[in-house]
Amino acid sequence: MTRVVVAMSGGVDSSVAAALLVDAGYDVLGMMMRLWSDDAAGGAQHNRCCQPAQMQDARRIADQLGIPFYVLDSQAVFRRTVVQAFIDVHRAGATPNPCLTCNRQIRFDWLLRNALALDADYLATGHYARISHDDSGAYLLRRGLDRHKDQSYVLSVMNQWQLERVLFPIGELPKSHVRELAAKYGLDLAGKKDSQDLCFLGGQDYRAFLRRHAADVLQPGPIVSVQGETLGKHTGLANYTIGQRKGLGISANTALYVVDMVHDSNTLVLGRRDELGSRRMRVCDAHWVSGKPPLPAFRAEVQIRYRARSQPAAVELRPGGELCVRFDEAQQGITPGQAAVLYQGDVCLGGGIIAKS
Amino acid sequence: MERAAGIYLDYAASTPLDARVLEAMTPYFLRDFANPSSGHRPGRAAARAIDDARATIAGLLNCQPQEIIFTSGGTESDNLALRGAAWRAKQLGLPARIITTPVEHSAVLQTAQQLRERMNFELTLLPVNRAGQVEADALEAASAGGAAIVSVIYANNELGSLNDLPTLAGIARERGILFHSDAVQAGGQLALDVQALGLDMLSLAAHKFYGPKGVGFLFARDGLELAPAQTGGGQEKGRRAGTVNTPLIVGMATALALAHQELPQRRAHLQTLREQLIEGVLRQVPGTELTGAREQRLPAHASFIVDGLDANRILMHLDMQGIAASSGSACSTGDPSPSAILLAAGYSREQALSSLRFSLGMHSSAAQVDRVVAVLAASVRKLRQLQALPA
Repeated sequence: MTRVVVAMSGGVDSSVAAALLVDAGYDVLGMMMRLWSDDAAGGAQHNRCCQPAQMQDARRIADQLGIPFYVLDSQAVFRRTVVQAFIDVHRAGATPNPCLTCNRQIRFDWLLRNALALDADYLATGHYARISHDDSGAYLLRRGLDRHKDQSYVLSVMNQWQLERVLFPIGELPKSHVRELAAKYGLDLAGKKDSQDLCFLGGQDYRAFLRRHAADVLQPGPIVSVQGETLGKHTGLANYTIGQRKGLGISANTALYVVDMVHDSNTLVLGRRDELGSRRMRVCDAHWVSGKPPLPAFRAEVQIRYRARSQPAAVELRPGGELCVRFDEAQQGITPGQAAVLYQGDVCLGGGIIAKS
Repeated sequence: MERAAGIYLDYAASTPLDARVLEAMTPYFLRDFANPSSGHRPGRAAARAIDDARATIAGLLNCQPQEIIFTSGGTESDNLALRGAAWRAKQLGLPARIITTPVEHSAVLQTAQQLRERMNFELTLLPVNRAGQVEADALEAASAGGAAIVSVIYANNELGSLNDLPTLAGIARERGILFHSDAVQAGGQLALDVQALGLDMLSLAAHKFYGPKGVGFLFARDGLELAPAQTGGGQEKGRRAGTVNTPLIVGMATALALAHQELPQRRAHLQTLREQLIEGVLRQVPGTELTGAREQRLPAHASFIVDGLDANRILMHLDMQGIAASSGSACSTGDPSPSAILLAAGYSREQALSSLRFSLGMHSSAAQVDRVVAVLAASVRKLRQLQALPA
């Protein structure tokens, strides 16, 4: 009998994923990871992804489905990898996306290996994405059918070994259908609304987190204009994001935006809106879902944030896993440290990390 | 991998009810259900059953029937012993000090801590050796100034080690200090002659020896004025108010009587399996170490630490293969605390997170033990391979 471990969160997506697998006759068991969380403000704050209420919900649903459910203590490995990378990337003057690190090092590595050690054939999650084959038998990662819910951006770090061992049971479904299925299976779900905060911040702002854990990252420095004119002082580069307009503490005749951060000189660069956009970006640490790049140069749609639309661009390979991406039209908000994810149609080719220009 | 028929090796957490015990209890749910405090004929029938149960237990413990106070279990008995002794000390002007160990069940430890925090008792925790046992010298030194009570666990729930109660109780008696022992884990496995052990008080719970849950007793030496655990209708000679639970008490007395009748056979059976388990694990599972005393230990108890592994993940592997065991750091929310008992016995935090306990029962078999050893070996190997991979 094929055994599947479902990563359960207590929410509707992973619960329906588990129910579908049970229905299909798999030998299913549920798992939840207890992730590290900052115990900011003295209270024992839980990680947003595994609060006691969610754990209870997941346990109840597993019980309802008649499957075992276990919570794995993943705090140490999560702190060592995801949280450390978050701090390190900020220290290097960029803006990290910890969800990708988590998918690469925790969910589809540590958890997957734990599932396999329990003789599971697959790890399933409630992500909106699809896995299929091409003609040669290679695994393809494709966008979820529900484009509004598509999560392939954060899954772009996956490789063939992982795709062979992972199932996304709800990737073919629209969210509305998932909700209907939850009702059909009689799953008692609280219907919590998703938070956009990073899961491990324990309710605090990420700037407060950095002050606690990497105070050295927040060194005050100069604010200058694109033209090199000194405009004031900033409180530490990590306190700002590319495209930010409010809270800069600068009075000027025209609206000014953060257009660049120069890490070496610890300088925050402001410019007008038309100075914000760029047609070109450099991407490093390129990763290919198929294991190899499609061609030395090719066209693709490139997505620069989790919730951004992908934009047509010409991509060129450079030595050392670097990519040069030229958008057809200038893009605003190209943020070093964030992932650039490449698509051709609904197939996710992979991606890399946006480098400093 | 097949999900085999379940193997239960967590009898130290609880045992199933013996069918003979259930049979003895049944009439007191259905026929002789009356309140034993009632003076009418049905009430008298129930009261007779209580008297018989009390006499049976007293006979087994070599004490007087009036020295047995029925309670709801081990926790309540421990609470009554410590809080009762504390009140008594206040009344008699005895030193406001409680002497116990850091490896007690939390029913003792939490009560002692509450008495320190709320009633200004001084709390002395005796040092223990790596097996979790108290040495006589330590008690000699700590008790020189007198105390309200010394409470030392008989058989440790996590380590299985036994304490030398006659020696320790003797030291307390010389100094006129009350001596209590939480003997919950020893119930049904060891002879509990309170005279031979030299005890003033002893706690027991029925569900550890194939009796029902929710019932236990405190033996308290005659003449010992204990403040009541709860006040009300004056049951149990005013020491524990509340309607006396006839069926559970009958069940407990029956279970304890059966345990003592069958003690030699049960003990031989358990000890044989325990040795098989300990030798099997130490030989077939690399990186394991026996915790607790090798000789002075419960017949049914085997406990280990597993080098570098988190016990909860091992338990998950065992559970998936139908094996129920336990750990001092067992946790269902993925946030285990290291076992306080192992820490107190001198183990590191990492070791204290890796402790496993297997406790055998009447229904355990050699074939089950073999399978548990094999499954544990395979699970540990898989988890180690996993651990060895770069993160």
